[in-house]
Amino acid sequence: MTEEPKQILQGTGKVLKEFSKKKENLVPILQQVQNQLGYIPREAMLEIADYLGIPDMDVYSVVTFYNQFRRNPPGKHSIRVCLGTACHMKGGYIVLDAWKRRLGIEQGGTTPDREFDLDTVACVGCCAMAPVTVVDTEVEGKTSPTRVDGILLSYKLEKEKGSKGKGKGKSKGKAKSKSNG
Amino acid sequence: MPEANAAFQQIKNDALDHVQRFYDGSKPVIMVGTATCGRAAGALEVLGVIRKALDKEHVDAAVLEVGCMGHCYAEPLVIINKPGHPAMAYGYVTPEIAQRLVRDYVIGEDPSLEFTLGALEENDLIPSIYDLPRYSYEQHIILTNCGYIDPEDIRQYIAKGGYEALDRALRMQPQEIVDEVRESGLRGRGGAGFPTWQKWEACRDAPSKPRYVICNGDEGDPGAFMDRAILESDPHQVIEGMVIAAYAVGARYGYIYVRAEYPLAVRRVQIALRQARSLGLLGRNILGSGFNFDIKLFQGSGAFVCGEETALIASIEGKPGIPRYRPPFPAVSGLHGKPTLIDNVKTLAYLPQIINNGSEWFAGIGTEGSRGTAVFALAGKVINTGLTEVPMGTTLRQIIFDIGGGIPNGKRFKAVQIGGPSGGCLPEAALDLPVDFDSLSEAGAMMGSGGMVVLDEDDCMVEVARYFLEFTQRESCGKCTMCRLGTKHMLEMLTDITQGRGRVEDMETLQELAEDIKAGSLCGLGKTAPNPILTTLKYFRDEYEAHIKEKRCPALMCHDLIAYYILPDKCERSCDACVGTCTVEAISSNRKGIKVIDQEKCVKCNTCLDACPPQYNAVIRLSPPELVPASKDKK
Ligand SMILES: Cc1cc2nc3c(=O)[nH]c(=O)nc-3n(C[C@H](O)[C@H](O)[C@H](O)COP(=O)(O)O)c2cc1C
Ligand code: FES
Repeated sequence: MTEEPKQILQGTGKVLKEFSKKKENLVPILQQVQNQLGYIPREAMLEIADYLGIPDMDVYSVVTFYNQFRRNPPGKHSIRVCLGTACHMKGGYIVLDAWKRRLGIEQGGTTPDREFDLDTVACVGCCAMAPVTVVDTEVEGKTSPTRVDGILLSYKLEKEKGSKGKGKGKSKGKAKSKSNG
Repeated sequence: MPEANAAFQQIKNDALDHVQRFYDGSKPVIMVGTATCGRAAGALEVLGVIRKALDKEHVDAAVLEVGCMGHCYAEPLVIINKPGHPAMAYGYVTPEIAQRLVRDYVIGEDPSLEFTLGALEENDLIPSIYDLPRYSYEQHIILTNCGYIDPEDIRQYIAKGGYEALDRALRMQPQEIVDEVRESGLRGRGGAGFPTWQKWEACRDAPSKPRYVICNGDEGDPGAFMDRAILESDPHQVIEGMVIAAYAVGARYGYIYVRAEYPLAVRRVQIALRQARSLGLLGRNILGSGFNFDIKLFQGSGAFVCGEETALIASIEGKPGIPRYRPPFPAVSGLHGKPTLIDNVKTLAYLPQIINNGSEWFAGIGTEGSRGTAVFALAGKVINTGLTEVPMGTTLRQIIFDIGGGIPNGKRFKAVQIGGPSGGCLPEAALDLPVDFDSLSEAGAMMGSGGMVVLDEDDCMVEVARYFLEFTQRESCGKCTMCRLGTKHMLEMLTDITQGRGRVEDMETLQELAEDIKAGSLCGLGKTAPNPILTTLKYFRDEYEAHIKEKRCPALMCHDLIAYYILPDKCERSCDACVGTCTVEAISSNRKGIKVIDQEKCVKCNTCLDACPPQYNAVIRLSPPELVPASKDKK
């Protein structure tokens, strides 16, 4: 547990070094910190406010204003169901239901094993392939409830293969470092 | 006008040299569309298969990634340009088809006509893609290069005439450029259709300095992807337009604001900026003219309201994206309180060609009040989903039926949602309206930035209205009370209606609230939020009434008002397609081998309806759910 704040401060510090102390850099800094840590913890917000010489409240209000920023640790894989107009009308809400049911979490949640987090997004510009789910960085077109099961199965198989084949290898290490961060 | 600038001439010659060496006619050139739409359909996999197959067979061919041609329905798309043959476009390319194309056409001599969409040039043998009926309606200006050049190689853009307009513009007086834009009749493509030159003049005449130019690539309308496709497929066209605008208004710094949901556009714009800078087309002393202008990319953070210009500026300044009262307009007092010109991606993209071809040429396209072309993103229940560019004044019917190919699966057209959350739903009767800035507003919708979602008989219009209200309610920044609470109240009423708790007087209340919200909101978000409700109430009142009075959803969409049912006399004993696919194991066979849905378990995910073979078509939806006959044999 003592590791966690240390990692946060290190990660945040690394990002801050690349930016000058201008308030204009607040959003890009937050984006970079989120890239590094997967979310924006309280400690990081305080660091950033300190660095830019602005009230903590200003950082907090920006973090909470924009949909992109999350304040709790993400899962290892992110699931983003598109609820743009085209996707909604082609059954995006049904797809979201399917993910919720299979992962046993609500929108905005992370599974207890921190494997998956689930959220929605308003149009990723692939409306022609509706309904769309973005899994990590892959855009999956035409996701139906059965496709949801297919995607989950492939992750499960990959995980089993990873932990069998490599023993204490890569995939396990990665999961651990992420859940600490 | 003086001769072309020597520095530019050199850049152009180098680019032509490079491109000619590339297309020297000795080897096949294969292009794979890898914009986001292509990727979602598996273009990267296809690209990998092609590269590997060529490698394995030791074929000398050039492979390159291009953007989106607009035929998103047929992705992944591959173009094969083989020496001595017309260039051919292939659609719906799977890894297997890619393998065959390499074997049979790149190596062999069989152009595999069964997979082709058509040739890309007129020839005697193979029908051309341009013979498709849609091309008699389309006119490409800003989509010209999209899908035909590598967006990550500036030389390809230059070889197609890119940056010539910049060279020309730098040898004009700024006032001449503003005049040219005024005479062209160009109006902003970001939604409001404001005359572009007026903003430019206001910005140039504003005394304080430095001035800024911002390209608005926030594209927040959920259902629109024109700006994404352009930024991913031809980013230099936008950058060139921006530098021309900056020169005309005397700006020193610029920002391209791209939304976070478009990571590929972000990457391609970044590459393009770097390349333009390295050739001296951006930065200090552009093409030796003494004009300095540089552009930074700014990534949005997922807030719809940030597309509004004053909110966008606030967000670049590191604040929450909350709109402010105008005037002063950004042209006078924008970023850091300085004069700021803010234009949409498409508006800027038109500039190079307006400078090259002249204002008269542009003004000769389109209608009296709306010059030029419009780019639309067609999505929803339409066969040819994708992008299209047509002269202003083309009718909705031509766009949806002649270009879009009509409604799939033999369904009936119901409405077209145009203009996103600020727009409205127009019925069949409005299909002959010409699409321009003014005609659609009269019908209660608006052209918006170009998102067009086609809806068919299976789409519930009350649900569409509810969906948009949910969107605007969530995205309201909360500054204006009417917008913050009014949209919430409307959303609650619409939710009640779609769940069977509506009351007759709700329709009047919605109408009244809509007027109040329009009057009581500062920015376009609140002012236009009621449009989806007002248009659906106006054109589809019968659907509201069915929900309220009969607790019935005529389109069989609203979950709380429908049930799935398997018709016993249509169900085939020997088939159990639905049983296996049901995601919650709610379907079982009864004693007679007829499948029965356990209504308690059913989550209405539609999988069984999709799974039931078309020769039986035994699964139906009923509304209200009470229509499902009580099951006699439960076990
Ligand atoms: C809620 C709201 C969202 C908007 N979203 C966008 C957008 O995504 N893209 C855009 O170019 N303009 C958007 N606008 C319009 C901009 O405020 C501005 O008018 C436009 O960028 C001006 O560019 P133009 O003159 O080239 O059209 C939006 C306006 C409002 C009120
Ligand atoms: S609506 Fe889902 S990608 Fe556009």
